[in-house]
Amino acid sequence: MAEFHFTTPITKEDIQKVKIGDVIYISGTIFTARDEAHERALHLAEKGEKMPIDFENLAVYHCGPVVRQIGENWEIVAAGPTTSTRMDLFEDEFIKTFNVNVVIGKGGMGDRTAKAMKEYKAIYTAFVGGAAVVAAKGIKRVKEVHWLDLGTPECLWVLEVDKFGPLIVGIDSNGDSLFKEVALKAQENLGKVGEFLGITF
Amino acid sequence: MTETFDNELIEDIVVKLHKFAATQLPKDVSDALKTMYDQETKPTSKAALKTIVDNFTIADETSTPMCQDTGIHIYYVNIGENFPKLVGIEDTLRKASARATKEVPLRPNAVNPIVGGNSGDNTGNHIPYINYDFIPGVDYLEITVFPKGGGSENMCALGMLKPGQGINGIKKFVIDTIINAGGQPCPPGVVGVGIGGGADIALKLAKKQVMRPIGERHPDPEIAKLEEDLLKAINMTGIGAMGLGGDFSTALDVKIEYAHRHPASLPAAVAYQCWAARRSTARIYPDKRVEYLTHKEV
Repeated sequence: MAEFHFTTPITKEDIQKVKIGDVIYISGTIFTARDEAHERALHLAEKGEKMPIDFENLAVYHCGPVVRQIGENWEIVAAGPTTSTRMDLFEDEFIKTFNVNVVIGKGGMGDRTAKAMKEYKAIYTAFVGGAAVVAAKGIKRVKEVHWLDLGTPECLWVLEVDKFGPLIVGIDSNGDSLFKEVALKAQENLGKVGEFLGITF
Repeated sequence: MTETFDNELIEDIVVKLHKFAATQLPKDVSDALKTMYDQETKPTSKAALKTIVDNFTIADETSTPMCQDTGIHIYYVNIGENFPKLVGIEDTLRKASARATKEVPLRPNAVNPIVGGNSGDNTGNHIPYINYDFIPGVDYLEITVFPKGGGSENMCALGMLKPGQGINGIKKFVIDTIINAGGQPCPPGVVGVGIGGGADIALKLAKKQVMRPIGERHPDPEIAKLEEDLLKAINMTGIGAMGLGGDFSTALDVKIEYAHRHPASLPAAVAYQCWAARRSTARIYPDKRVEYLTHKEV
């Protein structure tokens, strides 16, 4: 379980150093995108329109924060990850189109995303679900906000972060998945679970 | 005409309950998570548990919501039969929901499922959702604020089993639901199981169970044993904290309740509550005295 500290933009070389189960911390710029921001970004890209910021070699964070507006400024109050599997619908295209190389979320992602990560050398990292206060501590300020019409949970928050983490590597650039390993192990364990409960699976 | 109770007081208390629930775990939950962190041996789950403990500790110290998903607002309102007359309680609770959203602050989580759009203040059609009950023979009003996160809610399940599948069918349904959920509902959480009644009754019972204190067992010894066995079995799956693989940290507890069933059906429901097992309860007496049951008033 190695520990890495990266600063954005993160190189493909760095990405390929990390393996599932490692822990990374990110400093620099990350941006949030949930279901609707993914959909909009891909839709705009398809029409040839420019993104509000260049996503290349940045980290995309599956997060809908609790925010507070003080005058002109936004403050992040709580910012833990949301369930990433919902973004399996978009993430392979998102990685391919925008060359994002770190995805941050919770709960893991599926085969389709893992395949894209292998092909385009990206990783999936899990932040502890709900650990919103620890997350907010690593967020220094809101740099920009776009697409506010989607509502504050769904819009695109561009964040300056410092040692944002711990992020546990769930899918690495070989396409290996910690979550898949755990799921397979759980299937294996069903034998002894069944024996203990007196049932068969 | 009987005098009606002070709705402004109820509103203030409910706003306070929201603040408690969002920022401070009940002691039974925080203690259980700390114990689990000490016990877990797998480094990935241990790292996740460390973050969880750090997180709720800072949230408590800084009065900040411990999770960005501050839940959809659910209230359990238990009215003592001898409590003074209540008028317009629903309106009061809706106001409290909106006020807490602004004051705590809480994330607006009420979205119109038909035309889209977030109401912005956590109120909408049937939301906050209010469960009313009467308590015989007492004179107080007991209100529980139960903010329910979406990630764990998405992993809840209902099985309309065949009566012939029996109790073993129920055990299998629970384990299958947990395996299928994996890390998605933010384990280690509380698994509520509702059996019998009907589809809605089983789900309601299951959801109500996740509010019982960690470690508390059902008074019926057979149900208590089933709770203990299923807890042990769930932790044998190895899913671990946040689904990162762990030997002791898939669930904090299992709580079960049943209703008698129709001869033709065996409904089984699983409600999942994440590690941020938030709830807060207050008792309000006719003389306006307030007792907070889950949190200490500062």
